[in-house]
Amino acid sequence: MSAGAQGGRATYRELGLTDSEYDLIVEGLGREPNAVELAMLSLMWSEHCAYKHSKKLLRRLPTEGPHVLVGPGENAGAVDVGNGIAIAFKVESHNHPSAVEPFQGAATGVGGILRDIFAIGARPIAVLDSLRFGEPADSQRSRYLLEHAVAGIGHYGNSIGVPTVGGEIYFESSYEQNCLINAMAVGMAPHSRLTSAAAAGPGNVLILFGALTGRDGIGGASVLASAELGEGDDAKRPTVQIGDPFAEKKLMECSLELLDRELLASLQDLGAAGLTSSASEMASKGEVGLDVDITKIPLREADMEPFEIMVSESQERMLCVVEPDKVAAVLAVCEHWDILATAIGSVTEQPLFRILNGDEVIGELPVPLLVDDCPLYDLEPAAPTAPLYAGGDQRIATDAAPADTLLALLASANISSRRPIFEQYDPVVQSRTVRRPEQADAAVLALPVLDVDSGAAGAPVPAIAISIDGNGRRVAVDPRAGAAEAVYECAANLACVGATPLGLTNCLNFGNPEKPHVAWQLSQAIDGLAQACRDLEVPVVGGNVSLYNESPDGPILPTPVVGMVGTLPDARHAAFLGFANEGHKIALVGGFNPSRDGSELAKLHGRAPAGALPEKDVAEIRTTHQQVRDGVNSGAFLSAHDIAEGGIAVALAECVISCGLGARIELPDGLDLFGEDFGTAFIVSGTAEDLAGLEIIGEVGGDALEIGGVLDLPISGLTEAHASGLANLLR
Amino acid sequence: MKFGVIRFPGTCDDVDAQLAAQRVGDAELLWHRDRDLKGVDAVIVPGGFSYGDYLRAGAIARFAPVMEEVIEFAHAGGLVLGICNGFQILCEAGLLPGALLINDHLKFVFRQVNLEVVDPNTPFTRECPPTLSIPVKHTTGRYYTPTPVQVVLRYAPGNNPNGSQDDIAGVVNNAGNVFGLMPHPEHAVDLLTGSEDGLRIFESIRTAVGERVKVTV
Repeated sequence: MSAGAQGGRATYRELGLTDSEYDLIVEGLGREPNAVELAMLSLMWSEHCAYKHSKKLLRRLPTEGPHVLVGPGENAGAVDVGNGIAIAFKVESHNHPSAVEPFQGAATGVGGILRDIFAIGARPIAVLDSLRFGEPADSQRSRYLLEHAVAGIGHYGNSIGVPTVGGEIYFESSYEQNCLINAMAVGMAPHSRLTSAAAAGPGNVLILFGALTGRDGIGGASVLASAELGEGDDAKRPTVQIGDPFAEKKLMECSLELLDRELLASLQDLGAAGLTSSASEMASKGEVGLDVDITKIPLREADMEPFEIMVSESQERMLCVVEPDKVAAVLAVCEHWDILATAIGSVTEQPLFRILNGDEVIGELPVPLLVDDCPLYDLEPAAPTAPLYAGGDQRIATDAAPADTLLALLASANISSRRPIFEQYDPVVQSRTVRRPEQADAAVLALPVLDVDSGAAGAPVPAIAISIDGNGRRVAVDPRAGAAEAVYECAANLACVGATPLGLTNCLNFGNPEKPHVAWQLSQAIDGLAQACRDLEVPVVGGNVSLYNESPDGPILPTPVVGMVGTLPDARHAAFLGFANEGHKIALVGGFNPSRDGSELAKLHGRAPAGALPEKDVAEIRTTHQQVRDGVNSGAFLSAHDIAEGGIAVALAECVISCGLGARIELPDGLDLFGEDFGTAFIVSGTAEDLAGLEIIGEVGGDALEIGGVLDLPISGLTEAHASGLANLLR
Repeated sequence: MKFGVIRFPGTCDDVDAQLAAQRVGDAELLWHRDRDLKGVDAVIVPGGFSYGDYLRAGAIARFAPVMEEVIEFAHAGGLVLGICNGFQILCEAGLLPGALLINDHLKFVFRQVNLEVVDPNTPFTRECPPTLSIPVKHTTGRYYTPTPVQVVLRYAPGNNPNGSQDDIAGVVNNAGNVFGLMPHPEHAVDLLTGSEDGLRIFESIRTAVGERVKVTV
């Protein structure tokens, strides 16, 4: 065997492997790896690919439920929504690439998660995103990252014809250097089209199709995604991939047609670690081996080294396994879509991944060594003994009048209208979007094609609802309770449109897990997620972990992001967040137990995220969510909005701003206007008869929000504050 | 009647346009490489990013084989509706005057806008009420023309999302049989998804086709 430059001890550390990991490789292989093998192993054994610091913890999450069709381990999870239809979904991070090159980093984050969805046979029908940046008021860098990341997400999602239907965005100083870009995609498929990535059938042909393989993204998973950010990261810009949504649009249509025609034995996308990861995972799942001949791979640059070909993260590529007698048909479909497709190897019996350069074997690695043998580490969690996060600038006086406080909250970066961002995304393409951003607490997508017989005038329209949520500030206060709150909050969002949760996906964004206090945050947060999932009987069907989100200034706020999908029986009843009619009654539903620790107001007061989060009564949360779902689905609740950031005053103001109708409110004595509690309580409205028996707190009407004895603000003033906050920061 | 909806690689709103058209008639997709309009009564050039909008929006699509047929169909008097990217393509193809430039704010914009129907007597607007609520979504939608044109739709005061000349949202050619607009009527055909005002444009076409002598090319 010959292989250009030797690998060896001089280089493995640069590639991110530790001494003991390298020793394990030599032991497993019975020899030193050559340069090609070392490049492949260093990526497969990276945190990004091997989850070596999180895999043991992730086993604590419940993954089974009656609706689960595909659980964790495939490219995306999937749940059954009835009538033979599956909904596939997953959230994934692209944090470090976006911190280095925000436009392409964010764009390829969307491209990557979309490929995960159509790789399992589902047509992508929605994108949502969860974004975190530093304080835009204080930082040119944060405004730059925000502007370019949002443009990148729009560029990809809009161009490929998948609607961006929701998302969330928060600004905290701890994300200043290390922004978070999490993208979630949702797809739809008949059960019969769901496809595995497991390679099968020795003798079958391995076909690579899509874009040319170039030098972009070399080492992205190990060098960039699995280490802390620091000085000199500009030099890592070449490790960021370049996206081409036009190429992916064709690739998507082509892949779905190949599956519809039942021409593929298995299908896999190329993501982090490129061909190395895709091919070895296909082989591992199918318990087979693969031969890949690098001379067959179409290259963008002729002089690429073998290792570069194997680890290139060039975008918009797919790999499939095809029975020999179907190869011609596969190539014909690819040609129809102007997609380059090439047979690059074959499936073999022995679980060996062999890299050929023509007739010469230049790499030979046992598949289990690549995929399974990376050591999994136990964390050494320790609760921090001193506060990890400082307070920020005080932006409003602690003794400000309630009206001024409400206006300041509405205009704050974290609460103000997201319109300047979501107006850059197409939310309606594919003609399913029943509730758009800012119309309701969750996006609602019709499942059947809307036509003259369905839609507004016709039969009931079964639908799905989607929400994505996370609040690092509250997780910093209490990682366990804060992470659980994200699950309750997501389920509450779904309840507002009448939807019952079926499953969730999560993206765990944390700092360096080798540091005990970060390990503690991660471990506690996973326990909190697991508990809340059990509480609400929502299984985790997939997700992603992003660690080492640290800069020289310290770790990010611990940020578990939860994406949840549910179903509702008739989209025509999905409640809006704004009130429907003058004269309707307004009720407070649920056990609301607000406190100010970790709240947006505490932040505006300059307080650090510390203290304690409200205790939760899980039985009451379950009852409340069911009550809201029933009220919405029966048509009794014509609006529904859950109380979250900024407390009940902000929730009421959002209802008023959304519909342009005022409200006269009398709150229970002693209820804190701005204290927060997540996922527990709702503002609903409807007729007096329909709301009989509920805790009525007011009536819709007038041209102001009046909260008896506390504040009286005209709708125009509320709207102006809410609309101008983020818009002014971005101007 | 039958609509034909052109599908280029990179077209995104083709199925949406087909579904909208199917509310008033039949509709089938026409592939960009085929020099064949399959006997349709009206052609829709839909929205999206044909050929990735590379070089310039619509600049490559105008050379697609199917466009030779569309141009011939238009010259023979057939009804052609270009939506968003379709409007850009029809301008590039010389079937409509003027050009679409990048929005004055330089960003993609999605917004539900109010439109004024300036000319209710075209084959595309005869069933329309005086105002329509329809979404726009584009980066390159700022209409510009150095010469007078027949304006059909304008953005209502305060609703211009892109800085277009004289608030122009849609124009027809001199013969009145080719219509281009930036707003997306196919995304306003059902109250459940926001508005059904766009359906009036498809109904107008159905009415007009019913009264016309069939065009064949």
